[in-house]
Amino acid sequence: MIHLEKRPQPSKFWAGFTPVLAVIATMIAGGIMFWMLGKPPLEAIRTIFWDPLFHETFGPYSRPQLLVKAGPLILIAVGLSLGFRAGIWNIGAEGQYIMGAICGAAVGLAFYPSDSVLIFPAMVLAGALGGWAWAMIPGVLKVKFGTNEILVSLMLVYVAENLLASVSQGLLKNPEGMGFPGSRNFRDFPAAYNTELISGTGMHWGVAAAFVAVIFAYILLTRHMLGFQVRLTGEAPRAARFAGVNPTRLILFCLGTSGALAGLAGLFEVSGPAGQVTIDFNSGYGFTAIIVAFLGRLHPIGILLAGLLMALTYIGGELAQLMLGLPAAAIQMFQGMLMFFLLAMDVLSHYRIRLNTPATV
Amino acid sequence: MTGDTRHQNALLTLEGMTKAYPGVVANDQVSFSILPGEVHALLGENGAGKSTLVKMIYGLVKPDAGQMTLRGESFAPVNPAAARSSGVTMVFQHFSLFDALSVAENISLGMDNPPDRRVLSARIREVSQAYGLPLDPHRVVGDLSAGERQRVEIIRCLLQDPKLLIMDEPTSVLTPQEVDILFKTLRKLTAEGTAILYISHKLEEIRTLCEHATVLRLGKVVDTCDPREKSARQLAEMMVGDTLHVPSREAADPGPVALSMTDVSMKSPSEFGTDLRNISLEVRKGEVLGIGGVAGNGQDELLAVLSGEGRAQTGAITLGGDDITLLHPNARRARGLLTAPEERLGHSAAPDMSLTENALLTGAVREKLVDRGFLKWGRTEDFARRIITAFDVRTPGPDNAAGSLSGGNLQKFVIGREVLQRPDVLVVNQPTWGVDASAAAAIRQSLLDLAHHGAAVVVISQDLDELMEVADRFTALNEGRLADPVPTQGLDVETIGLMMGGVHGETAA
Amino acid sequence: MDLGQINPLLLLASLMVAATPILLAAIGEAVVEKSGVLNLGVEGMMITGAVVGFAIGVNTGSPAIGFVAAAAAGAALSMLFGVLVLYLMSNQVATGLGLTLFGLGLSSLIGKPYEGLKAPSMAKWDIPVLGDIPILGPILFRHDPMVYVSLIIVAATWYVLTRTRAGLILRGVGENHDAAHALGYKVVRVRLMAIAFGGACAGLGGAYVSLVRVPQWVEGMTAGAGWIALAIVVFASWRPWRVLLGAYLFGGITVLQLNLQAAGAAIPVEILAMSPYIVTILVLVVISLRGNHGAPGSLGRIFHATH
Repeated sequence: MIHLEKRPQPSKFWAGFTPVLAVIATMIAGGIMFWMLGKPPLEAIRTIFWDPLFHETFGPYSRPQLLVKAGPLILIAVGLSLGFRAGIWNIGAEGQYIMGAICGAAVGLAFYPSDSVLIFPAMVLAGALGGWAWAMIPGVLKVKFGTNEILVSLMLVYVAENLLASVSQGLLKNPEGMGFPGSRNFRDFPAAYNTELISGTGMHWGVAAAFVAVIFAYILLTRHMLGFQVRLTGEAPRAARFAGVNPTRLILFCLGTSGALAGLAGLFEVSGPAGQVTIDFNSGYGFTAIIVAFLGRLHPIGILLAGLLMALTYIGGELAQLMLGLPAAAIQMFQGMLMFFLLAMDVLSHYRIRLNTPATV
Repeated sequence: MTGDTRHQNALLTLEGMTKAYPGVVANDQVSFSILPGEVHALLGENGAGKSTLVKMIYGLVKPDAGQMTLRGESFAPVNPAAARSSGVTMVFQHFSLFDALSVAENISLGMDNPPDRRVLSARIREVSQAYGLPLDPHRVVGDLSAGERQRVEIIRCLLQDPKLLIMDEPTSVLTPQEVDILFKTLRKLTAEGTAILYISHKLEEIRTLCEHATVLRLGKVVDTCDPREKSARQLAEMMVGDTLHVPSREAADPGPVALSMTDVSMKSPSEFGTDLRNISLEVRKGEVLGIGGVAGNGQDELLAVLSGEGRAQTGAITLGGDDITLLHPNARRARGLLTAPEERLGHSAAPDMSLTENALLTGAVREKLVDRGFLKWGRTEDFARRIITAFDVRTPGPDNAAGSLSGGNLQKFVIGREVLQRPDVLVVNQPTWGVDASAAAAIRQSLLDLAHHGAAVVVISQDLDELMEVADRFTALNEGRLADPVPTQGLDVETIGLMMGGVHGETAA
Repeated sequence: MDLGQINPLLLLASLMVAATPILLAAIGEAVVEKSGVLNLGVEGMMITGAVVGFAIGVNTGSPAIGFVAAAAAGAALSMLFGVLVLYLMSNQVATGLGLTLFGLGLSSLIGKPYEGLKAPSMAKWDIPVLGDIPILGPILFRHDPMVYVSLIIVAATWYVLTRTRAGLILRGVGENHDAAHALGYKVVRVRLMAIAFGGACAGLGGAYVSLVRVPQWVEGMTAGAGWIALAIVVFASWRPWRVLLGAYLFGGITVLQLNLQAAGAAIPVEILAMSPYIVTILVLVVISLRGNHGAPGSLGRIFHATH
């Protein structure tokens, strides 16, 4: 009989090794799924994980995409991880991402066609504020009334999606767009365009911001009192209050920060890779970032790696769609599986598996 | 009665019961027998293996080796239901009750074949009256006092006509008067032929109640005796193995008032908690104030209002003459008021964090472990090491998680963490709860030393022996109210009982 | 705008139809939470139920078989969650979220070939005599069988939870799992069964959307109904009849905003479309003002039997 025994302290080895195991398990399970869909499993796995980086024809095109896709995922996931560590569950990052994009884009478009150098910084600020404000709604409701932040932040995603639909066909619609929905394209508005910083790398301001966020979060969590308070609140909420942590401030800090980072991600996306506000410019990064945060074990460096890996599955998925006709949904499943395997293997870092000691009757 | 006749007439016989957990042998070849109608004490320190042993009898834990015989037949319950159907029932130390459910629902869950709801309610009233433990079957358990909650457990057992009733530390939550009622009930039961296996480390109680005692130490039976023929000191020596270390204390003149509370009231933050009502007290430098009381009478709330976790709705708290009523925990710490709550795992310490991180938990301000928000890990680790050395905390090092320490070692760490910060006032709640005797003695001594060096110490505890040992003055919490403190010297049990509030919950049923 | 176009009778009648998916999902989740488990994967199980119910319904031509298959699919998916949470002791919030993400992917994978097809129609029951009662008849007694099945499930849930021993044990497990374990109850088994029930109900609710309400398969068609069901459980303080009340109130709002849209109200479509979510937030706020009374004591906590 298999029996689990709680470790006196979590195993550091397993904490680092389980994500690797989870990725391997996902590859195997994913391979079986691809096989069941009638696709060659090994080729599909190679197309997803290897070809985007090293394929002769596609590599040069897809390599820059890696950073383009990883940037927003990392930026959002770093913010979310702070809250998740403290037991504050902002799962509405998708909404904050949309609101950041709308607010930032609106500021930029308001000054069209100015060429002031202040426009882009103003957009960045507006984007962060938009996401922050949207996340403050569940924050303030939780602090003031004890309302469940999971449900409120999620409901606000649907509200934000409707707002997006509204502004892309109304307020922010391109007056010269001949009736098509969607805003002006930022590619035609250089002062407001989030341009590629180093040509051919995919590196744009959003990616730079993601790297800064990783470093910032790392220092916060390991060297700063606030980070200690975040961790303490998650590990033992009562001990945190005893240690003088102000739960109200912590909730607002975690939700506000994650909202602002998601808002930034939205702004950088809409003013760069997406190019314009459209009804569906958002591609679910806010939700995938949840997987990234967990895959990275809520640790900034882990999230950096997890973000790159997840970006790879996006690009590889597109490539597999193109080359093998693999349905897009299969990639979404693949990502979901990754999350499951990770959660399942988490047990190894907290428990020892013992055989033949049936202590429980 | 000789061993052989005991064996022959036994209700339950244990032979060679052994149970090992990784790293520790909880029970090693334990053998003894219980006679029908006898109150049999199982005596031992925390960690002696009492709980594991009764869990094996009750079918919660499967023994590695050994056998049991119940009324001449082999007895090996695979689960509690099997034990119950053989006539063995148990009242737990931490009540296994469901707060949001009614008394009747709780009792029904504890029975294997409960009668219809109306019949059951009637039976509860009937049995509870018959044994002098009145209970209203329709009340929600979360609203009951600790004494009433225990009644629920006992009646749950009685409704099943037990042959053997196991009681794990039943009096730790009762006032002396409630203890009297309980003992009357138990004697009535034994007169009807029910055997009682009584677990306790309260020696006087065992001398009053029990006819036979089996003493466990480190998982082994070390002695058996008739406790009525032994002195408490002799029993204690059997239990501990060597003579007890009794803390010494040089009398000190109390100094000026260090901490005062005036008319402090606070609503309990938890749904089933107790509100504090108009609490006033003064503690002077160099003295130890002991606060007794039955669990759940506002102890946690009193500590919270002093630590700064809770905010008084009315009244004022002063420290060294300054008003600190509105200050946050760390502001209070900066001014010299330190506290140690009862619950170690998750309140005074974070179990999954290292000892270094746990040192930071309360030491950040006074030990200057933070500089403009940035943590000084080196300094923090030094502080943790100092605690470990000064308080003899048994651990491989400060990198180990707090949760990996035994209860006694972690408690030494927690108390040490506060004491080493040289507080002006230290408030502790249940400082030696669940701690082995030697660690408890060390902790008590450190509190006495602290007071001796001029700090004011407040000890909240449910262990009256402990309070008598360390406190200069005594008072008690009763339903969120505090009695006027009196000197400990010359205090008698009757007075203590009255201060603790006499009998609880006579209003029921 | 012509408010005269809105027929109050039709509005009330369609309320029951609009509320049924959420009602089914919410009553299932209420049972799961009563057992002490928080499953945030309702949305994922609903959408999976929607696609499986639709696919089987189309292939067999029988909506009834579709519903059965949807319930089975929801339950099967919930077992994934159950195993992770109960045996591997994973975090319930994270696992539930994972289940939702997984379910959304799974459903769009299965659903691709079924886009644009029409569901087999489900005959409405015109209950004789009762259906002929003026006003009340069309509102209450001329619906498809699933509307009544959902009401029966609510009634049965209420009965089992409050009047039977099985229900008492389930509540005990949810209230204090350590105590329940100490008394010898199988905490994990009870919870696994509750989770399966919750999954089956969510599957039924999803299938109702794709087979009756819309009735076709559209990717992501449950559009947050699973999350609203979770909110309704909180609103209802975990009580079955109040789940019914909450779901019907919510159904009323949905139907009203759809009718206003159809009537060409001066309010923009997007504002109307977001109104159910905003109302849900407002309701949650009002509920939290009152405090979370009735939340099971062990809700969301990990159970590990040490000895």
